[in-house]
Amino acid sequence: MQSEYFAFITAAYGISAVAIAGLFAWILLDARTQRRALKTLEARGIRRRSEVGGRAGQDTEAAK
Amino acid sequence: MTDLSAGAKSSRFTILANPTRFLDLSGKVQPWLYAVALLGIAVGLGLGLTVPPDYQQGTTVEIMFIHVPFAWLCMMIWTVMSVSALGTLVWRHPLADVAIKAAAPIGAVFTALALITGSIWGRPMWGTWWVWDARLTSVFVLFIMYLGLIALTRALEEPGKAAKPAAILVLVGFINIPIIKFSVDWWNTLHQPASVLRMNGPAMPATYLVPLLISALGFTVLFFALHLTAMRTEILRRRVAALSRLAARRAEA
Repeated sequence: MQSEYFAFITAAYGISAVAIAGLFAWILLDARTQRRALKTLEARGIRRRSEVGGRAGQDTEAAK
Repeated sequence: MTDLSAGAKSSRFTILANPTRFLDLSGKVQPWLYAVALLGIAVGLGLGLTVPPDYQQGTTVEIMFIHVPFAWLCMMIWTVMSVSALGTLVWRHPLADVAIKAAAPIGAVFTALALITGSIWGRPMWGTWWVWDARLTSVFVLFIMYLGLIALTRALEEPGKAAKPAAILVLVGFINIPIIKFSVDWWNTLHQPASVLRMNGPAMPATYLVPLLISALGFTVLFFALHLTAMRTEILRRRVAALSRLAARRAEA
């Protein structure tokens, strides 16, 4: 009896662990992708108006 | 961020309404949330996997310590999204739509897990993997609604355009939450009635109840940690999209 249930319990815990680990990995990878994309854009001199410290169009870095 | 005078004047609610401040604050809170979640899940499941076998269910009662938290989460996440939907429709809170979009896939995963672990528990205890009774069917409908919401929040390029229909779908779908909760009382179901959240207090000895509550708390905090990370990413994604458009405009000019 015990060993028969063991497979059910292991399956339930195993599937849950895999699914949550997958969700976690997906969320982390997505976070990394967006952080990198933002860094690449900022490295090209494209910044948000609030971070340039002035009105739009004052960003001279993009002119070069 | 350095403008302290503006921050001092505004309330906590409006401080959080600013995505940049939200990123600052959530970045600090995030590691602690993951630590608490991990601790709660480890202690809860550690205790749960050493409980004595139930007199009726034998060792399969151990499935309860994940199944019940998942089932609780799939309802709680939709409720969190419903509050966010009010945030979108009533207060036009800039982060409310971000919260809904970020929560939907996490909710879908936990709903799927509630269904799967329930099915695995049902097979040895009920003699069937699945039955179309009120509880199982209403949770299955919730799962489909999560999938629909994921599709809707990702269908339109412009995130602002999907915000309103998504919020309406969430609020309309909220009707399903009390149906799920009370389905076991309103209809004759194979699923057992509530044994934790009920009028006369929990109908469960402390040996089972304590690990269950700790585990549920751990998974709840895990959801909020994952949700925070996903929300931060969604804010960054919108910034990347806005900056890419800016870059494209400059290239044209």
